[in-house]
Amino acid sequence: MKNPNHEKLRKDFGGVYKVVIIAFASIAVLSIGVIYLMTNPEFSFYENTDSDSETVAVPTEEDDFDKVENGIHVRTGFIEAPGMIETVQNCTNCHSAKLVMQNRMNKERWKSTIKWMQDTQNLWDLGENEDIIIDYLVTNYPPKKKGRREVLADIDWYELKD
Amino acid sequence: MQRRKFIGKAALVSLASIIGADIVYGSKMVENYIPLALQDPDPFKLFNKDKEMVVLNDKPWNMEAQAHLLDDKITPNKFVFVRNNGLIPEDIDVKNWTLDFDGESVQQKKTYTLEELKSKFKHYTYQLTLECGGNGRSEFDPPAKGNQWTIGAVYCASWTGVRLRDVLEDVGIKDDAVYFGYHAADLHLSRDPSKEPISRGAPMAKAMQDETLLAFKMNGEDIPLAHGYPLRVIAGGWPASVSGKWLQRISIRNIVHDGTKMTGTAYRVPCKPVAPGAKVADEDMCIIESMPVKSLITYPKSGAIISKGKKLNIRGHAWAGELEVVKMEYSIDFGATWKVCKLDKPANRLAWQHFSAAIDFPKEGYYEVWAKATDANGVSQPMLLPGWNPKGYLNNACHRIAVKIA
Repeated sequence: MKNPNHEKLRKDFGGVYKVVIIAFASIAVLSIGVIYLMTNPEFSFYENTDSDSETVAVPTEEDDFDKVENGIHVRTGFIEAPGMIETVQNCTNCHSAKLVMQNRMNKERWKSTIKWMQDTQNLWDLGENEDIIIDYLVTNYPPKKKGRREVLADIDWYELKD
Repeated sequence: MQRRKFIGKAALVSLASIIGADIVYGSKMVENYIPLALQDPDPFKLFNKDKEMVVLNDKPWNMEAQAHLLDDKITPNKFVFVRNNGLIPEDIDVKNWTLDFDGESVQQKKTYTLEELKSKFKHYTYQLTLECGGNGRSEFDPPAKGNQWTIGAVYCASWTGVRLRDVLEDVGIKDDAVYFGYHAADLHLSRDPSKEPISRGAPMAKAMQDETLLAFKMNGEDIPLAHGYPLRVIAGGWPASVSGKWLQRISIRNIVHDGTKMTGTAYRVPCKPVAPGAKVADEDMCIIESMPVKSLITYPKSGAIISKGKKLNIRGHAWAGELEVVKMEYSIDFGATWKVCKLDKPANRLAWQHFSAAIDFPKEGYYEVWAKATDANGVSQPMLLPGWNPKGYLNNACHRIAVKIA
């Protein structure tokens, strides 16, 4: 049994189908083009018309975010030890790991620093990670006694000619 | 992450050259300004800094000089320390840059374009010493919180701009004005647009000084991006954080400005001396104003070996916040005896002063040359660390270099 309405519907559908297929094909072609551009950012129809090309560089290092070499987490410089991953995940989103490693504090002062970051800097609740992170920091980056003045260290001796 | 963003922008540039459409970058880009994301991630290239500068922090960027890098009388950009509390602004539209004046104590709100500021008011140029309040923090015991600056967060550049006082007179200030506070274009580390990374200021008396500038040139050129392009406050002799970068707005307050980093332990020290490591209540903390007397031996670099019988010529700079340095001395016997150095007058008020001396050593061996400046009030640098404070500010202990006579 043929219903003329069905026939019409199928034709209409076919039309829509074609449009959809064409649209998808266009998107696919465009995407390939864009992907090509993304992987070849220096590609241009014009040769050297854009002075920006010299500032464009793509770092080649791999996205191996948690690679550890010689006991050091390559991406952040943190010492590999229990609690390192929690520290990386919670303490390097806003600021550099360098700021963490520079600061040598005891447990109490880290606690108050974390509270300050939560009160004023949009740091989230660390939950049970808080103690893990603090233990990691006080164990691996303990305060060093300096007294009222330290001895000059790491002197790079050289012959002065003038 | 950074890399993905990089590729994204790179592709955008290529794409723009194909479609021929204007994008935010490219030819429309303002001279002297390259969007950070497109720049080389090498911080030395990024900020045109010397390779011997030391990176303390890369998010936010903080970088300091070493003593021997600061030998120039006027510090070139490549040796100027970088101190950021937030993220450097990503888009600077210098053509549409404006400076607003508001606050309880302006007679009416007023806005100036950069061009108006430059054309309407007289230009002045001064050499002004800027030192980070936390310069020397690394020496405090127990350790103080923050970037662990050693000695290189200080410099003296030549700044050109208009006097803040001249502009304030044009704006019209009420009699109850107490303080000015700046607001700037940098971003909070959390990227929360409702937060300011830093918004400090100074009492009106400092705002009204001849040398307090709204500056648009450093060492005769546009201010480098990391140092506040296109406009910043310069308040020489005070913690450098008073000299707000990327300046967009100044509030004239009828109270002490209460912006970010004006309260708590930030740029404040105990009003009364405390024992090392003490806890200090907020209400017992006082805002740092003038920086203390200090000096730096910039030549030779520490570690010089010279032969017996030869004189050692030393030189460096001395500064004392709001005051002038009146005496400069050195010691080669750990302070048992002091000898006077030749000391120049400042180029202008609040500029660092240059000193020099020729030193004779009595016999072979290991020596340290210690330098000590004395200000116009007769106050000298301590040889030991000055009073401990929670954030490790104001360490003006004598600088020293190691010397061997062979």
